[in-house]
Amino acid sequence: MTGRTDEELRVIANRLRRRTIEMLWGSQAGHPGGSLSAAEIFAVLYFAEMRIDPRRPSWEDRDRFVLSKGHAAPIYYATLMERGYFSQDLLCTYDELDSSLQAHPDVACPGVDMPSGSLGQGLSMAVGLALGARLLGKEGVRVHTLMGDGEQQEGQVWEAAMAGAAYQLDNLTAFIDRNRLQLCGPVDELIPIEPLADKWQAFGWHVVEVDGHAVDEIQAACAEARSVRGRPTVVIAHTVKGKGVSFMEDSVEWHSAPVTAEVRRRALEELAAEEVG
Amino acid sequence: MTVAEMMAARDAFGQALVDLGAVNERVVVLDADLATSTKASLFAAAYPGRFLEVGIAEQNMMSIAAGLAAMGFIPFTSTFACFASKRATDQIRVGIAQPRLGVKITGAYSGLLAGKTGKTHQSVQDLAIFRSMPHLTVVVPGDAIEVRKAVFATAEHDGPVYLRLTRDPSPVIFADDYDFRIGRAVTVREGGDVTVVTTGLMLPRALEAADQLLFEGVKAHVLHMPTVKPLDAEALVASAERTGLVVTAEEHSILGGLGGAVAEVLAEHRPTLMKRVGIADRYAESAPNDSLLEKYGLTAAHIVQACWSVIDAAQVLESPAAHA
Repeated sequence: MTGRTDEELRVIANRLRRRTIEMLWGSQAGHPGGSLSAAEIFAVLYFAEMRIDPRRPSWEDRDRFVLSKGHAAPIYYATLMERGYFSQDLLCTYDELDSSLQAHPDVACPGVDMPSGSLGQGLSMAVGLALGARLLGKEGVRVHTLMGDGEQQEGQVWEAAMAGAAYQLDNLTAFIDRNRLQLCGPVDELIPIEPLADKWQAFGWHVVEVDGHAVDEIQAACAEARSVRGRPTVVIAHTVKGKGVSFMEDSVEWHSAPVTAEVRRRALEELAAEEVG
Repeated sequence: MTVAEMMAARDAFGQALVDLGAVNERVVVLDADLATSTKASLFAAAYPGRFLEVGIAEQNMMSIAAGLAAMGFIPFTSTFACFASKRATDQIRVGIAQPRLGVKITGAYSGLLAGKTGKTHQSVQDLAIFRSMPHLTVVVPGDAIEVRKAVFATAEHDGPVYLRLTRDPSPVIFADDYDFRIGRAVTVREGGDVTVVTTGLMLPRALEAADQLLFEGVKAHVLHMPTVKPLDAEALVASAERTGLVVTAEEHSILGGLGGAVAEVLAEHRPTLMKRVGIADRYAESAPNDSLLEKYGLTAAHIVQACWSVIDAAQVLESPAAHA
């Protein structure tokens, strides 16, 4: 269906990680950890799953995406650029004055459907988009959103969970980047969110758990979500924060920390080696 | 003065939504379990397929409305003014105002007259909150006719709007052919001695005050501001030039609402003696309407008093003793 092999998607994910490191080095600010953990999810959604046309970012029948965990903007922008929504020159303006590539997603950026940055709101927006698609009779339009695991602590997520099930939105797929860390420490040491799958199941969602770095599993989950009728699907993607850069992996410090020249050099070296390997 | 016909803004709102829904298929209504109070229930009965009950979840409702607006719909959200402006402020800021999505946020039961529900349900900070939010237009109709016209104008308006509504019957002021425009002030009474700037339901009270003032030898110019943002600064400054004295009247805190907006414009463009009629910096309580208006300073008599206080202050300033 996708026209891209798993190997190609893995190469794309690696490229997204490298772009992310470059951008964060350029801006000297941002959140590396939560971008790197989501590389495979972005690669699958934008290069295999979603029905989109970068030449027509406002195409009415396109699939929609909401980055609820807005602090993963760097890899979102890297994805949009690699997919052809805009040039590398624009990517280089990330976080700069007058740039449409803001620290958190803004609709001024080509390809960005909804704004985010204040956590817990993206799923509700996605519910609105999915309802809108259904009201318009656009059966083929699917809506995707990506939330963080720490974000599950926001009450609005569960308001939206109830609504999504009540409205039987089977055109909606929500991903949770379960990288287990949030700004101040491990999620389950701050306010535990487990049993996460049971919670979503109890709220009336179809639940799929995947290795969030296995492109084949993510693709299979997407296909499964498309086949489910009468309820939305949540994909709990078990990931490693900072994935792909050894010293950033599973590290609270790298939730939000500047990428220096030396960090950039070492990170790109590791990512280059991984691609060759 | 003849006895005016009375009509409740909420009834006018519900009926206007139904009539709007008939001519505009993109209009959808979202409700957070208050439709029977706000009268959005009339729309629900007429167009069940375009009515979405989200339950008691105002934050969720605002973000869902943002998504629907992004799909090309014109969503009207139905809840009380207190919850729209406080419970869901961040969802409105990030999801609606910042991306300029055309959600029409209606705030029912605004001001003090919230059906004897008290300070948790009264809304006297909503104008200050929404006026400070870039991209939002803030509309505050003064009678049922203006409510109806504002509903249609709001739907036509490109961008997000906060539409402040009230619960109880109030006098009908405007004629059916009244030409309402978002952003435009309207002179409801001509006069050259003092300007009374009103918004919302302070309009009938200001007209009553103007009648009393006329009896006392003062001709008040009643300038009604159904749009608090953007404020019609031109009309305001022109009136202030003419009378030299300004009193503002709003069923809202004296901090940051109409009084604040008028003071900001006048201070920079035409410094003018002024007095704000509104609720002092405090919370109110549950009580009958008349008792509330009296205790918290929102009656015609309070407006008359404020007018006299600026007239007296001006005379003191102009007296020879003041220049000695």
